[in-house]
Amino acid sequence: MATFLEHDRRTGEVWDRLALVTDPELDEPVTRLGFVELVTVDDQGGVDIVFRLPTYWCSANFAFLMADDMRRSVMVLPWVRHVRPRLQDHMVADEINRGVAAGSSFREAMKDFAPGETLEELREKFRRKAFERRQEVMILALRNAGYDDVSICLMNLESYDRSDFGEGEGAYQKPRYREILVERGLASLPGDRAFVTWSGDPIEPRELAPHLRRLRTVRINMEFNSALCRGLLGARYLERDGRSAELTRTGTRECVACPGAGCGQRQPAGALAGAADEGAGMFT
Amino acid sequence: MFITPTGEKVFVIDGHTHFWDGSPANQLNIHGRQFIDCFYAYHTSLSPPDKLWPKEQFEKYTAEQMYHDLFVDGPDDMAIVQSTYLTEFYRNGFNTIDRNAEMAKKYQDRFIVNGAFDPRDGERALEYIHYMKETFGIKGVKLYTAEWKGESRGWKLTDANAYRCFELCQKLGITNIHVHKGPTIIPLDKDAFDVHDVDHAATDFQGLNFIIEHCGLPRLDDFCWIAVQETNVYGGLAVALPFIHGRPRYFAEVISELLFWLGPDKLLFGSDYAIWTPRWLVEKFWNFELPEDLKKEHGVDLSREAKEKILGLNAARLYGIDVEAQKAKLASYVHATAAE
Repeated sequence: MATFLEHDRRTGEVWDRLALVTDPELDEPVTRLGFVELVTVDDQGGVDIVFRLPTYWCSANFAFLMADDMRRSVMVLPWVRHVRPRLQDHMVADEINRGVAAGSSFREAMKDFAPGETLEELREKFRRKAFERRQEVMILALRNAGYDDVSICLMNLESYDRSDFGEGEGAYQKPRYREILVERGLASLPGDRAFVTWSGDPIEPRELAPHLRRLRTVRINMEFNSALCRGLLGARYLERDGRSAELTRTGTRECVACPGAGCGQRQPAGALAGAADEGAGMFT
Repeated sequence: MFITPTGEKVFVIDGHTHFWDGSPANQLNIHGRQFIDCFYAYHTSLSPPDKLWPKEQFEKYTAEQMYHDLFVDGPDDMAIVQSTYLTEFYRNGFNTIDRNAEMAKKYQDRFIVNGAFDPRDGERALEYIHYMKETFGIKGVKLYTAEWKGESRGWKLTDANAYRCFELCQKLGITNIHVHKGPTIIPLDKDAFDVHDVDHAATDFQGLNFIIEHCGLPRLDDFCWIAVQETNVYGGLAVALPFIHGRPRYFAEVISELLFWLGPDKLLFGSDYAIWTPRWLVEKFWNFELPEDLKKEHGVDLSREAKEKILGLNAARLYGIDVEAQKAKLASYVHATAAE
């Protein structure tokens, strides 16, 4: 039988894998958003993940994608044999949980509701938005660091890798932007341009300003969703936990009892507000 | 009437209000409970702490309370009350036109009662539009494209049966089509926030105005692009406006985009009462200044004139309200009440 410490280590590994799963609409990790409530591991290589969303009505398609992405991401760990993501308090929780456990497609899982399409198109659409949002962060960081538009447009992957994007959002998004560049084949060799459009075209310096204007609306949407989702999640579970809404403004980020990724317990509801405050620099 | 800190009077039409019954007694099932719970979460997460209501009051409030919040404590001169049926969730519906009209008739000249229809009802939808026009004299409707109905999980403005309804609306002079495109209930498989159907409907029905509630906010980029091409597309600010409290910089960015793409003549204030009350929203909006960097970057300003248009003049134009005559009428009622 695995020791307590071993369980703790494995739980931590699961949290690390879950941190790689994003809400496609918000382009933020599900762990950072406070969606994951509980992770438990058993001696047979089974992993149970309990998660919940800001409302009972949140898009079933995104819920399904997240549950399925969690399962796939955690399955990568060598000791894992079964992953059981379980969505709670959602209008189609049962369908989603059963479908993901069985490895069904969304269409199969939701057959009683007759969805008209697969999720691939949607996934593609939101991957593009994620790319654009991350790109805006990188370009603005370079502008702030004094780069002119010509240098930005001509920058190649090698100098991208060597550049310092400062602290905070720039540093956070640097590998995330690069990840999509490579994944989509938009840039892979050191001499390839680091800033191109989603269809792979170079951006001419005179086009950079209108290009940025478009990227900004993508960010505004994502920030709207993100702020709303965090607020709603906080309000929903604070009410259930019998706390006042005022707590959302004073909560702490870490679970006090057992800080760090190894903690399998749900973070205090105030953690959500902590996470929101962390992003507040982007808004206020 | 909103009185500015410098004493000017500003005419306010609240473009988006509700008179609902979400109480447990009216809930048919868990969906009914979760629906009002979700509204309450909007309320608690975006309101200033001193404006929070107890849950019970939020679930069901009286006509007197609504009148007080909008017109006595609140700065509204008039309010558009929208109808939402949700009869699969609520025994007597959430806020049907009958409930709204019953409330509105107690308060002469204060409310514009809008109807609602579901094109999936086919012939019955057309009959219902006739009924609403004849009985309540409606000038507008609120449509909810994501609503479930039997097997259907939503509809589009471009559906053939929706077009038949729009043809009838155009003929009967029901010219203001409010469409909920924003945070939505039950988006199942497709991208239920999608706003592209607005584009086609607005092109094909030039005699109608399409007011996109919540500015299609999760898809603001698509919405702005459509609105800039279609002269009869407007943006309703409900849900966007409360961000002015918690995230003013973010609100500034949103309103700058809207001013840049749509301009000040195409935006409508709405409190989304009872999710939020209008007084604090209007006060904060009036006092709000765009940061210099955004003004410069977008070449726009949220001037006094722009604010007056957004707070009331634009809605007055869409609904054929003669502002001066309306002000005089409302003032005479106030005097009459005072003299009693």
